[in-house]
Amino acid sequence: MATQNKAAATTETTSTAASSHGPQRAGASDPVLRPPVDIHETSDEIVLRADMPGVTRERLDIRIDGNNLLIEGGIGVAPQEAMTALHADVRATTYRRQFVLSKELDSTKIAASLQEGVLTVRLPKRAENKPRRIPVG
Amino acid sequence: MFTRFVIPESALFNEVRRLEQELDELIGGGSSWSSSIRSLPPGTFPAINVGSTDDQVTVYAFAPGIDPKSLDIQMQQNLLSISGRREESPEKNATYYRQERFRGEFHRVLTLPDDVDPDKVEAKYRDGIVEIVVKRRESTKPRQIAVQ
Repeated sequence: MATQNKAAATTETTSTAASSHGPQRAGASDPVLRPPVDIHETSDEIVLRADMPGVTRERLDIRIDGNNLLIEGGIGVAPQEAMTALHADVRATTYRRQFVLSKELDSTKIAASLQEGVLTVRLPKRAENKPRRIPVG
Repeated sequence: MFTRFVIPESALFNEVRRLEQELDELIGGGSSWSSSIRSLPPGTFPAINVGSTDDQVTVYAFAPGIDPKSLDIQMQQNLLSISGRREESPEKNATYYRQERFRGEFHRVLTLPDDVDPDKVEAKYRDGIVEIVVKRRESTKPRQIAVQ
């Protein structure tokens, strides 16, 4: 298991970690929603945006474990007890998704913000890995 | 040569599809929603949950990152229509690896139970969820009849 993890981490830039490896967490068998994401890269950073409607700041958990980035969030809307479901597109209350980071990203400077159910995670590149223009003397 | 592969594969695929449909009908609270003439395929933006009590019907539309002013919610008899758009201009000078999030205009129409009162609708937007509460008509609520 551990060697598999390592192998994945040393490969390419951000790629989705398959659910078969990575940390097994309690309640992993519960139904989980896989939030849709946009990922783009500029010369300074990689930016990840994820749709996680219903998640509040308190119920959001972003974790970095070695080279793994784990995003987890719980939907805060609690329907009234007497309510019966007429229709449900969304049938789970937890979002979870994992990514493998690459080495040139500075995991100590990762910043995240949450606005109207959209999570933005900024992964800055290490200074020595940013493209530099070499002056001609 | 390939026919050998095609037949069992499509049979399995059909079987999975059939199971999926049966599950949908089972979990989706009966066939009235999943087979409604206005129903949209699963995965359509925004995802919608509908709950009901004796007093009201509550619709949750999972629409993150939207300007509430751009939302257009209309009620005609028991037909609820939700439309709006989500626009995010792509970053310049950036390489995109994934673009899974919905972009553009959306429109969904839901058939609510017959006894909802189209004049008593309230909507709010919080944490990316639109919550629409429609009251049921007084006359259809269960009530006790006094014996004279």
